[in-house]
Amino acid sequence: MKNHTFVRYRVIVTLGLLMAGFLPSRAEAKKLNVVTSTTDMAALTREVGGDKVNVEALARGYQDPHFVEAKPSFLLKLRQADLLISVGLQLEIGWLPPLITQSGNPKIQVGAPGYLDASQFAEILEIPQGQVTRAMGDVHPLGNPHYWLDPDNGRRIARGIANNLAEMDPSDGAYFQQRFEDFDKRLTAAEQKWDEEMKPYRGRKLVTYHRSFPNFAKHFGLDVIGYVEPRPGIPPTPTHTLELIQLMKRENCRVVLVEPYFDLKTPQSIGRETGSQVVVYLPSVGGEKGVDNYFQLFDYDIGLLIKAFNATK
Amino acid sequence: MRHTSLFAVLTVLLASPLFAQQSAPSRPGQTDNAALLEKIRELEDRLISLEGQVRILKSQQAPPEAGAQEATAAPQGQPPVAPTTSPTSAAATAVTQQQAIALGGAGGSAAKALNPDISAIGDFISVAGHNSVQPSPSLEMHESELGFQAIIDPYARGDFFLSFGEEGVNLEEGYITFTALPAGFVARVGKMRSAFGKVNTLHNHVLPWVDRPLVTNSLVGGEDGIDDAGVSIQRILPAPKWLFLEATGQLFRGDSGSAQSPLFKASAQSDLSAVAHLRSYKDITESTNLDIGLSYARGHNDLGTNFLTQLYGMDATLRWKPLRRSIYHSFIGRSEFIWSQRRQFPFEQRAFGFYTSGDYQLGRRWFVGGRYDHSDRPETASLTDNGASAVLTYWPSEFSQVRGQYRFTRYAGNLDAHELLMQVMFSLGAHGAHPF
Ligand SMILES: [Zn+2]
Repeated sequence: MKNHTFVRYRVIVTLGLLMAGFLPSRAEAKKLNVVTSTTDMAALTREVGGDKVNVEALARGYQDPHFVEAKPSFLLKLRQADLLISVGLQLEIGWLPPLITQSGNPKIQVGAPGYLDASQFAEILEIPQGQVTRAMGDVHPLGNPHYWLDPDNGRRIARGIANNLAEMDPSDGAYFQQRFEDFDKRLTAAEQKWDEEMKPYRGRKLVTYHRSFPNFAKHFGLDVIGYVEPRPGIPPTPTHTLELIQLMKRENCRVVLVEPYFDLKTPQSIGRETGSQVVVYLPSVGGEKGVDNYFQLFDYDIGLLIKAFNATK
Repeated sequence: MRHTSLFAVLTVLLASPLFAQQSAPSRPGQTDNAALLEKIRELEDRLISLEGQVRILKSQQAPPEAGAQEATAAPQGQPPVAPTTSPTSAAATAVTQQQAIALGGAGGSAAKALNPDISAIGDFISVAGHNSVQPSPSLEMHESELGFQAIIDPYARGDFFLSFGEEGVNLEEGYITFTALPAGFVARVGKMRSAFGKVNTLHNHVLPWVDRPLVTNSLVGGEDGIDDAGVSIQRILPAPKWLFLEATGQLFRGDSGSAQSPLFKASAQSDLSAVAHLRSYKDITESTNLDIGLSYARGHNDLGTNFLTQLYGMDATLRWKPLRRSIYHSFIGRSEFIWSQRRQFPFEQRAFGFYTSGDYQLGRRWFVGGRYDHSDRPETASLTDNGASAVLTYWPSEFSQVRGQYRFTRYAGNLDAHELLMQVMFSLGAHGAHPF
């Protein structure tokens, strides 16, 4: 019996040593490995990181960022990461925390220097005041996490990321700073163009499926009057849909924006009832082919919006 | 204290645009206006960045003591922008006070933010029909589970799950996970569900059925399964890029199972039990993946120190979830095969059991599934039970669930049981992670 115990311990110790023996070879690459939860954070990191960083996003651009599966293959990326950038504000609460725990990577644990919550850099809207209850649906209790669709927030996030990269890799600090300034210049020029294009449509009303559009609407002066979801995360109900149709008719609102991961049945019936344009817009980079960076994302969405506004006069 | 200095900075920032606006009309001009706009913009950026820092502080740092926030006009922090001049300082103080009140209100929730995430899950089950072998109560508040979860520090997190039956309380799990160990190791210490197969790791409320498979009940310690105090160590193993490989080794005191289905029992202090698990995972496409595991467990059974029970397991899971419609459709097919080798008088018993299940998500709120069960009994392997179930699940929201299960069981000796199980589950509090 004693023998048994002894053998058992030996087996376990050997197993442990074996596992330790398989350490990855220490070919310390000079490039920083950055993993981001979403494609938008990846796009902004690429802008400022250039070829001094490897960037990979976990979620795809056409995927619902609230409901990403915590696949073990993500762990393979996370365990190599020097920096993990999340959108924060509980957007990824259903899937990112267990991945961080299981990654076995001390650098990216919450509170460690390699964990960056990008929401700290951005202007956050819809921060609930007072008591938050689930009667409000799957509400985001810290404020709306869909904040990256405002070019000004894009700039702020990019600056924050650039500073963070410079802190982690001071020898390339000037490079990141220079990349940010270049991005800032291009973004300012693009912003002027976008503002100009959207100017004729300021004050136009629209409806979105989820509350993923407030920052865009605020920046370009659009008026989101309602949502296809009766409450965040709650699928459409007939009563709510009816009320929404009446509201849209009353307010003469004729554009419905739908994120690419939602079913189109309800939006299309709303469209038929109200004579609205139903538009599948892209909340994220990578949502369609050819929308591969932060600039193309706005170009794409603004193009869609202008077409829809023109079609509904 | 940190808050105080932040408020001071906020004060200055809030005041500065006012000051800037006051002085603006005195010298009009295109370039000046542009410069002014630029300046305002910069200040706006700084304000937003400070708001962000306050948010992060509120969620991570200790809240300041009550009263500290009242110390408003003490700008001991170094404001990064130009100092306030006398005309605006009064306004600045006013703004600060307002600000302090608003953020003071949030101070309460900052204290709350330091509490662990608390969740409660209720699991109500009713059973109709007839089962002479293993009868179930007609109506039962089967389990109320309280969860407390928090990040302890940058090096560890803690998780507690207390499960209340209608009478007793049981520490289902309570452990610390060390997340910052060298060489990619992740260790756990405490009481935990062991890594033997899939079902054994899952809490009741994330199962796709009302009950647990026959093979779990017969061979792997029933509803509680292998759930014991001990240590666990886990590491991702080097493998080709397309393959995820992870090994887990666990050592427990040696007590697992329940009165109805005893598994391991430590009659002596040295009667430890051990579990090993190897998990491999592969993405076949972006929407389909395959998860295959091998498990081994050994421990001493209720007959005493000299009587070992060993379990060998294999599990396979195929998942499908189209990314563009991930909230509407999915499929999970799963099987676990388990072999038990139990030393007892007069001979060792070798029992085998398995289940195979499939669950398809019809729409955002509806799931349909089925399961086939087969298991020998561990102490008398010649007795075999079989069963089949059909399950329909409805989710009013992510936080509640209604489920019906029709279960047919043919126990050894051709004793048939037909039962209808109904379950209502509901969850309060913190938003938990979705199981995978
Ligand atoms: Zn959302």
